[in-house]
Amino acid sequence: MISYLTQICVIAMMFTYVTLFVNINQISIMEPITPGSYIPTEYLPALLLMAAAAAFASVSIFIGGIFRLRRPYREKLLPYESGNPVVGEPRDRFSVKFYITAMLFVVFDVEAVFLYPWALSFGKIGLYALVEMILFIIILAIGYIYAWRKEAFKWD
Amino acid sequence: MTPKIFFIYFAISMTFMSVMVITRRNPVHSVLWMIGLFFHIAAVYLFLNAEFLAAVQIILYAGAIMVLFLFVIMMLNLKEEVVAPRFIGEWPIGVALGIAIITMIIYSVFTIQPGPVGEHTIEAIQKTTHAKAIGSLLYTKYIFPFEIASLVLLVAVVGAIVLAKKR
Repeated sequence: MISYLTQICVIAMMFTYVTLFVNINQISIMEPITPGSYIPTEYLPALLLMAAAAAFASVSIFIGGIFRLRRPYREKLLPYESGNPVVGEPRDRFSVKFYITAMLFVVFDVEAVFLYPWALSFGKIGLYALVEMILFIIILAIGYIYAWRKEAFKWD
Repeated sequence: MTPKIFFIYFAISMTFMSVMVITRRNPVHSVLWMIGLFFHIAAVYLFLNAEFLAAVQIILYAGAIMVLFLFVIMMLNLKEEVVAPRFIGEWPIGVALGIAIITMIIYSVFTIQPGPVGEHTIEAIQKTTHAKAIGSLLYTKYIFPFEIASLVLLVAVVGAIVLAKKR
């Protein structure tokens, strides 16, 4: 019952949001720009590279599948043909330690992304930018020190 | 015409990949389709003249967020997704919600009016370069959201450690 109510509330909220959004858009009518008129031509090589990589991988597997012999036996189908014998299932429950590592990585990755436009526009803004970035890094350093004190970087 | 061809390709493959993400029984396969989806979203950002956003989409989403997704899936230890009654029991409200969202999207697409030409046109942004243009706005006018972002990240660090660490 409660979940039905929450879902109805979500629908109502979305309707309100969209009606507001549409109204705001209708107010601002001046000299419109045509959408879809911009092509990032300088990124065409990147697209071609990705297409070539995908094509190479799929075509070589496909052609290999036509010509290679197929004589499977148990040892050949093991994940590591000449490695250790397989124990248990591949999708076992992983330790939560990996999650902490991944989370810390994501957070400091976002910090690095914020640093990049800051470094580029630093010459334009000056001291103000320095102060705010120091504040930003201090707040994140609190998290870093907390993680350190809680021994989140240790594996055991 | 040319932008339309590219856009149609990206729109169709994004829809296809999204459907693949939600219909795969193996959650790890869903994540793999999602990586492809994120790369295509990055391409759409390029068409919106948002190069920096496209790079961030690949670095953060296809790089970092997917690692998080994978570890959560491995932690939850989902062997094969089971079609439990609790997932399919409430289909009428799901259909109603889907129709409502589609109606809203179609309505808003047909009533949309392009806004006025602002200060940051394509030419102006290309002259100052993308990341620089973002930086000069983000660290002056939008300083408050920027500092709030650091607090959100702090909450993420503390929350992850409190949840997952024993001591």
